[in-house]
Amino acid sequence: MAVGSRLAVLFSAALAFVGVSSVLTARPAAAQGTVSVACGSVGAEFDLCKTGAEAWSKKTGNQVKVVSVPKDSNEQLALFQQLLSQKSGEIDVIRIDVVWPGLLAQHLVDLSKEVPKDVIAQHFPAIIEANTVGGKLVALPAFTDAGLLYYRKDLLEKYGRKPPTTWQDLTESAKIVQDGERKAGNDKMWGIVFQGRAYEGLTCNGLEWVDSFGGGTIVDGKGKVTINNPKAVAAIKLAGSWIKSIAPEGVLNYAEEEARGAFQSGNAVFMRNWPYAWALSQAPDSPTKGKVGVSALPKGGPDGKNTGTLGGWNWAVNKYSKNTKAAVDLAKYLTSPEEQKRAAIEVSFNPTIPALYKDKDILAKNPFIGDLLSTFTNAVARPSRVTGSKYNQVSSEFWNAVHEVLSGKSQAEESVAKLEKTLTRLSRNGKW
Amino acid sequence: MAVAPSSLHPPEVIGHKAVAVAPSLLTRQRRRAALYFILPMMTVLTAVAGWPLARTIYFSFTNANLDNLGSQEWVGFANFVSLAQDPEWWRAVTNTVKFAAVSVSLETVLGLVVALTLNANLKGRGIVRTAVLIPWAVPTVVSAQMWNWMYNDLYGVVNAVFLKLGLIDHPYAWTASPSLALAAVIAVDVWKTTPFMTLLILAALQLLPQEIYEAAKLDGIPSPKVFYKVTLPLIRPALMVAIIFRSLDALRIFDLPYVLTGNSRQTASMAVYARQQLIDFQDVGYGSAASTFLFAVIAVFTIIYITAGRVKFDTGR
Repeated sequence: MAVGSRLAVLFSAALAFVGVSSVLTARPAAAQGTVSVACGSVGAEFDLCKTGAEAWSKKTGNQVKVVSVPKDSNEQLALFQQLLSQKSGEIDVIRIDVVWPGLLAQHLVDLSKEVPKDVIAQHFPAIIEANTVGGKLVALPAFTDAGLLYYRKDLLEKYGRKPPTTWQDLTESAKIVQDGERKAGNDKMWGIVFQGRAYEGLTCNGLEWVDSFGGGTIVDGKGKVTINNPKAVAAIKLAGSWIKSIAPEGVLNYAEEEARGAFQSGNAVFMRNWPYAWALSQAPDSPTKGKVGVSALPKGGPDGKNTGTLGGWNWAVNKYSKNTKAAVDLAKYLTSPEEQKRAAIEVSFNPTIPALYKDKDILAKNPFIGDLLSTFTNAVARPSRVTGSKYNQVSSEFWNAVHEVLSGKSQAEESVAKLEKTLTRLSRNGKW
Repeated sequence: MAVAPSSLHPPEVIGHKAVAVAPSLLTRQRRRAALYFILPMMTVLTAVAGWPLARTIYFSFTNANLDNLGSQEWVGFANFVSLAQDPEWWRAVTNTVKFAAVSVSLETVLGLVVALTLNANLKGRGIVRTAVLIPWAVPTVVSAQMWNWMYNDLYGVVNAVFLKLGLIDHPYAWTASPSLALAAVIAVDVWKTTPFMTLLILAALQLLPQEIYEAAKLDGIPSPKVFYKVTLPLIRPALMVAIIFRSLDALRIFDLPYVLTGNSRQTASMAVYARQQLIDFQDVGYGSAASTFLFAVIAVFTIIYITAGRVKFDTGR
């Protein structure tokens, strides 16, 4: 008797063990007449998207179902690719990154046929073009992004430093303030935090360093691999010198929110992040409220340039949706001037409609949006259009090459040379 | 599972061997009944395990792409050739083997220690036994994310506690530092899966006949000797089963390194590598080749272990 029950325990334990490890996928069931929308989940964007979708639901009488997605953009893409390649219509309205249109276009509705021309013409032409694949407009822009430099106004003032104009300048200031603050008792203080985890965010950070030094955009507009040049090497080398000196080693596993966590809790002098971090750093319960300044990212030396990687998110409609009409209407609503204005005021998202950059209400709440208009219009694009469906591999090779240098596993020169070889092979000699 | 079969052999098998003529009506009936009982399970297994497996193996010989499954072409062994030439793949293989070897060894030793302790007649043993199981009951993704926060270099509790105890002199970046990341992943796995080992070993310990221990006591055998000469040989079959289960699971580890460190090449396992190729890069053909290789490794490992394990099992009796 006892033997039997013990054995049973053993067997059920073994069985449960096999069962527990199987992958669970959340599958939201979309009923007829409801529209499901995949909202992002970084910072405050989930609440913003949810309230927007609910307002639309109230206005039109349609049911709306909000689905939350992973934080990491690579994982969101993977989720959408899996759903769409199965021709699933479970999520009707999808928020896509500015580098995804080439990857997902064949699964998305051509909005140029569904949306009036004057509505499309409100947005920045460059962003509309980025969302156009083979003459098909696959998404409407919701907000645009570019990397920004956040700094602690109070600390720079305390040590008599100006907001940095070059990365070299920043390196020096960061060291001075960090060492001073540590002596004063804050031993958790670091000079700079950014997105150093091996993921898409590091590609954005890395591209900014390289481009600010005048080192090009990894792959140029014609498809030629340009990354192996002395300026790119100098840029990556400088970033590599930060680790453990002015940047915590943990930055090698930081994404946006980890970096913001360190900066907003008062443990970093500088931070590279997207505009969304501004509104949160000014929230009533934020320890850094009123102590933060924002500027364009520094130049790579006196003859370098201010730059920022072009980011931004766009609303697309699933081709396999059972409720296309309502879904298109929701996408239109979420990208309308009213919604963009609300986003700009509440969570400091940058509009994609030029007219809003002169809007008084927005400028009163988030003045930097007006100041940095040129940063957003001159942002550097990742080479996603020229590399097409291979973009993910290009990006992965680039972020891994940069990550190897940051973690001290290889020298910038050899890492970049190896990257050039890999990308050239991947591109079949620039043909892609 | 390997514990039971030898004692459960149906008697007619022996009869069948002795008499070489056609099996009796009863035997045939029983065989047919057995077939009927097995059939539903075989059908389900073919549908949920056999079919996907066959499809993956087929894809590994094609240039299939996630975007247009169905229009792939046969490419022979090309995917396996590129796989063999990719240093990142071999790094993933090394990571996985290191992970499996270290984590399973630690879990076995710790599991044994905990099981022996729980087997003793302690007060409140029932509660402790249940409590020990908690780490194993928490879904891996949840516990991995929990540990991710605990490992954080700036506000993580691990650094705070170690600093207070004086074990380290400055905070470490546990999941980011190239030299610590794999060890951090292994530590979480040990924390999580030691209870599983404990449970299996404890079940075996409680089946041991008490008379042997009484005899050893009467003969005045010292307890370390009792452990090595009596306990260990007797629980070895169960221990082998536990180690096989754990090793198989460790070789296909995915969730822990993925949640803790993403696609980072420093900790990527074979399964993480395969997923990146399959999903992120949409290269179903190449990713399937990686998955097929992983399957082959696990299959070979299982065969070796079961064969070796059974031989020992028989002579041990």
